[in-house]
Amino acid sequence: MSTSTPQVLRPDRKKSRIGYNIAGLVAFVLMAFPVYWLVISALRPNAEIRSYDQTLWPSSITFDNFSRAIKQPNFGTAIESSLIVCGVAVLGGMLLATIAAFAIGRFRFRGRKFFMIVLLVVQLLPPTAMLIPIYIQLNDLGGLNEYWGVIVIYLVSTLPFATWMIRGFVINIPQELEESAMVDGCSRMGAFWRVTFPLLAPGLAAASIFSLITAWNEYLLAYVVLQDNDKYTLNVWLMNFTTSRGIDYGALMAASTLIAIPVVAFFLLVQKYMATGLTSGAVKG
Amino acid sequence: MSAADMKAADPPVSVPRAPEGEPQLAKNVNRRPRKAGALLPYLLIAPAFVAIAAVFVWPFIKTIIMSFQDVGRRELWSGSSAPWVGFDQFTNILGDGEFWDVVWRTVAFMVLCVFATMAIGLALAMLMQRMSTWVRLLLTAALVAAWSMPLLVATSIFRWFADSDYGVLNMVLTKYLGIDAQGHNWFLDPKQGFVIIGAVVVWGAIPFVSVTLYAALTQVPKELEEAASLDGSGTVGIFRYVTWPVIKPVFQMVATLSVLWDFNVFGQIFLMRGNKPEPEYSVLGIYSFEKAFESNSFSQGAAISLITVLLLSGVAVYYLRQLLKIGEVE
Repeated sequence: MSTSTPQVLRPDRKKSRIGYNIAGLVAFVLMAFPVYWLVISALRPNAEIRSYDQTLWPSSITFDNFSRAIKQPNFGTAIESSLIVCGVAVLGGMLLATIAAFAIGRFRFRGRKFFMIVLLVVQLLPPTAMLIPIYIQLNDLGGLNEYWGVIVIYLVSTLPFATWMIRGFVINIPQELEESAMVDGCSRMGAFWRVTFPLLAPGLAAASIFSLITAWNEYLLAYVVLQDNDKYTLNVWLMNFTTSRGIDYGALMAASTLIAIPVVAFFLLVQKYMATGLTSGAVKG
Repeated sequence: MSAADMKAADPPVSVPRAPEGEPQLAKNVNRRPRKAGALLPYLLIAPAFVAIAAVFVWPFIKTIIMSFQDVGRRELWSGSSAPWVGFDQFTNILGDGEFWDVVWRTVAFMVLCVFATMAIGLALAMLMQRMSTWVRLLLTAALVAAWSMPLLVATSIFRWFADSDYGVLNMVLTKYLGIDAQGHNWFLDPKQGFVIIGAVVVWGAIPFVSVTLYAALTQVPKELEEAASLDGSGTVGIFRYVTWPVIKPVFQMVATLSVLWDFNVFGQIFLMRGNKPEPEYSVLGIYSFEKAFESNSFSQGAAISLITVLLLSGVAVYYLRQLLKIGEVE
């Protein structure tokens, strides 16, 4: 009779686990369904899209929607614009962010805390509030409808977060490595570039992917600043997808899938930094 | 950047760090005071500082200046200096009944979205602790997929859901729930329209919230929960006295960020309404944007932005104080 207690307890626990699992599966379906519907709508024949009886599973798979999507005018130039704008902005941003992160990660100096708080505060400014003065400023400088206008704004928009993130990696690299390089005759910056910088590679990769995703996803500034059809970035191109005659949802979903694929791929690469780093500072303190 | 607008741009709660290493490091630096190197850190932050000043700080000052001027289309294109109008923009805006409608709409939308996001996010995080591993992996995959959807794409999907003729939402309501929703236009009534918009916002924000809270929950010591349970605490008691105190700082931080994001909601509404939201769909961000770029009254738009920033500054200060308190900025 001594085993009666566990025997009573175990089925009980199992039953409750089943309840949680069912709830978890419901949550899984609700969270995953929009993504599923995106992909499945992109792949199903147009006749099924324009049907009052939407089926949860397509009768056949076709790439017609994709070919209609990429045949929309300016698809090629939109890819080019997005690559130029995001690429230059991220490279420039990384350079500025790395040296600034080295400064706040390795030195104690007056104004350091102020600079760090500035980095946080500017991230809290609502982007739409900044849009009007930035637009006026670019207009004064002749930056409207120019790539460089968008590039400069993207570069600086990603800078605070990238600096903060790289600083996190800098302070995790032992200072002693640099010191021994300096004993061996390196200058302070020489030691940083030769010793610390190579070790920062994973951090730089993660930070540049974050910046890239942010820049790639931006649409409003590009929409307001870039006016020529052949300068549209992919997002602006997608925003102009809806015509007055109605929306070709098949092509819209196909185009959305194309735009989302690189983001999802990059996101998977840096996902662990988001998940693990999130609370390490917050909870332990 | 705004809520679903990719949580990559999140403020720095998400930075890997080694708190233990830092004090020692500081000592190292102090031990070797080097006159020649004293300027170096300033040179290093100078480019970033100048860039941030030019693209964040100056535009913000410009917003303040513009709010006291009257910048219209003419001033914009001719470059002629705009006339000063004192507090006229503010008296006009604050005296306008429409503005207050917009403010209350924004506040109501924010409160409902933050409440839904935090409630569902916390529920999911606690579920994830209790479910089997394979279910948790499945759910995590779905969360990551939802998390990585660009705001533009997410909004397109939900717009397609709610399409009056071919949307899957009306189909499910009609076919499975027996409500005749065939051809129902969800956006005719802004209340219903905001349900769809809120759904995108909440769906996009849940992954960040639940993954963060789940990570916080894993820090709750198992022994404490067991001890509380042995001492006769129920589930509610354990949560109230053991779990909550541990996750509280993270919860507050995430909730504060949600308030900031949802108050500044823009893209989901703008894109859902085909880049031209009707007046009934105006929230503060949209209202300011339309005043500036549709009515060409840039000063009005700037003044509305400034009011928005002032309304939010309390929340922002609270968030910063939280960050300082937990030593993110040491």
